[in-house]
Amino acid sequence: MSEKLISGAEYMIDIRNIKKIYKMGENEVRALDGIDLKIKPNEFVAIIGPSGSGKSTLMNMIGCLDTPTEGDFYIDGNMASKLKDDEQAFIRNKKVGFIFQQYNLLSKLTVEENVELPLIYAGVPQSKRKEMVKTALERVEMYDRRHHKPSELSGGQQQRTSIARALAARPPIILADEPTGALDSKTGAEVLKMLKELHSEGKTVVLITHDNKIAHEADRIVRIMDGKIVFDSAVDGDKSEVNV
Amino acid sequence: MNFSQAFKMAMKSISSSKLRTFLTMLGIIIGVCAVIVLVSVVQGSTGQITESIESLGANAISVNLTGRNSSKKITYDKMDDLIEEYPDLIKYVVPNMTSSNAMVKRDNENITTSVTGTNSDYMNVNDREIMVGRFINSLDTENRRKNAVVGTYIVNELFGGRNPVGENIKINNEIFKVVGVLEAVSDGEEGSNDDVVIVPYTAGRTLFKTDVIRSYSVWATTSETVDSATDAIKAFLYRHFRDEDEYIVISIASMMDAISEITDMMAILTAGIAGISLVVGGIGIMNIMLVSVTERTREIGIRKAIGARRASIMTQFLIESIVVSSMGGIIGILLGTAGSVILGNVMGINAFPKFYVMLIAFMFSAAIGIFFGWAPANKASKLNPIDALHAD
Ligand SMILES: Nc1ncnc2c1ncn2[C@@H]1O[C@H](COP(=O)(O)OP(=O)(O)O)[C@@H](O)[C@H]1O
Ligand SMILES: [Mg+2]
Repeated sequence: MSEKLISGAEYMIDIRNIKKIYKMGENEVRALDGIDLKIKPNEFVAIIGPSGSGKSTLMNMIGCLDTPTEGDFYIDGNMASKLKDDEQAFIRNKKVGFIFQQYNLLSKLTVEENVELPLIYAGVPQSKRKEMVKTALERVEMYDRRHHKPSELSGGQQQRTSIARALAARPPIILADEPTGALDSKTGAEVLKMLKELHSEGKTVVLITHDNKIAHEADRIVRIMDGKIVFDSAVDGDKSEVNV
Repeated sequence: MNFSQAFKMAMKSISSSKLRTFLTMLGIIIGVCAVIVLVSVVQGSTGQITESIESLGANAISVNLTGRNSSKKITYDKMDDLIEEYPDLIKYVVPNMTSSNAMVKRDNENITTSVTGTNSDYMNVNDREIMVGRFINSLDTENRRKNAVVGTYIVNELFGGRNPVGENIKINNEIFKVVGVLEAVSDGEEGSNDDVVIVPYTAGRTLFKTDVIRSYSVWATTSETVDSATDAIKAFLYRHFRDEDEYIVISIASMMDAISEITDMMAILTAGIAGISLVVGGIGIMNIMLVSVTERTREIGIRKAIGARRASIMTQFLIESIVVSSMGGIIGILLGTAGSVILGNVMGINAFPKFYVMLIAFMFSAAIGIFFGWAPANKASKLNPIDALHAD
């Protein structure tokens, strides 16, 4: 099944007029109201917009955690909106690394075990897993804390662990939903630096933030309001032209 | 994800919440324990009954004359014709006259015991040995000699354990001479097969207050001819009495069949009780697994978000419930074995659980894990990742 999935498409992420509508009795909430968005491989895109504008909904869609009410989207050339359950699991596992604002680590597992988990689900043999976990943890400078439980770590350390988990299976896409939202500015800056490094290594990075300064670190800024894209532009060298 | 990974994950989650695991197991532990004790005690006691009946011999046929029609009788000599008439089928005809509380006296010592009147073939059908002296012989019966053979309990009580052969005892005030002692079969205990006095059936007329023999042990030539021998005896007695109500002829083998029917019924009954208690335990597992799925919705969401397939989640939860229920099964088997042994000691039977009973109990509890773990595991595996992640 997962063998049928392709890679090497022109767009890493290709979203075509998707809608996500929540029906709440009489009312309906149009969380996404006709979004078109194409992201090339190795782009670094920041998504900004006010709270409740649909940023997370869009991100969850890209990460195959949620399905659109209408419209289709492609992840690395695969029509993710029409994939079977197991194929979506494959995309979540191999194509996308998700970084959440609330880290979402498993509290009963150690740092090392948390990072190992996507590799286990990917079916990587144990000997190779150890090596990949080590590489990922060394990247985020968490290797010496590998035997700690998440509850024994600071927020920044937990977020670094969750970054290591997102990298571990070496996916081409990194999705980060307000990864610095719960962190102080210094640790937030560290996390941002890591995302930039990942981008410079060739990954496609999509970052949600409400901080304009952080958004300006990206190549391109997409602004969403009421489920629609209201602004989409490359960030220029001195960044002064972009006024969002 | 392969099985051993799923197993490791399940074990991790089981060991990280020990109280919940224990509570989940409790139903299975109690169910399996009850089943093991029940089955073992039933098997132990029927085993004992079967054994004691079997010791009567596979060739034995019991003949009881009801004496409904008191005008008709059958003498021992007539009964003995069975052997001449059916030499291929019948080997011995042994009369049984019993007085269960006869007064036996020697000097100042006296005890109440059971006295049996029989013939020399008694030894052949009762699997006993002579320790000292001899058994009753045909001359004793023919000549109505007042000779007696005693069990070791009598020897100890009346003779202080000394050799009694040649000495006299009084049975209900009639003098009998002791000619032999039976080898002990029950450690010489009171009321056992060692607490007996055996006399020639012909010498006990006053003792038994009748000369009508109502009970015989007939011995078929082989265990294969028991059924034909039974039929032959019935035909023989019908020719004499012309009334089927005058006699009851039943072979030990057919008694065994009847008992095994009862045993089978009890087995079905215990299996039923077993089933019910295990289903109750299983529902407990399902309940707690369902609660656990709800509690762990976020965990499932995270696992799915990083690429767990439906089958992986399903396997993990299913293994958890199988491991919990089989561990409960093992603990239940251990407790049940201890309980059976203790109860068996109290009841004086061997109630140690049979291996196959333990095996079935174990497999049943594992099966319950699969059966009742399925629905919660399935529910967990089908959760939508984003909904699961947003659960609190
Ligand atoms: N499960 C849901 N049911 C109903 N409404 C929802 C649900 N999830 C999100 N929404 C609504 O969709 C809109 C967009 O939410 P979200 O994508 O989380 O916004 P953002 O991340 O930009 O703050 C909000 O109005 C929110 O209330
Ligand atoms: Mg959000």
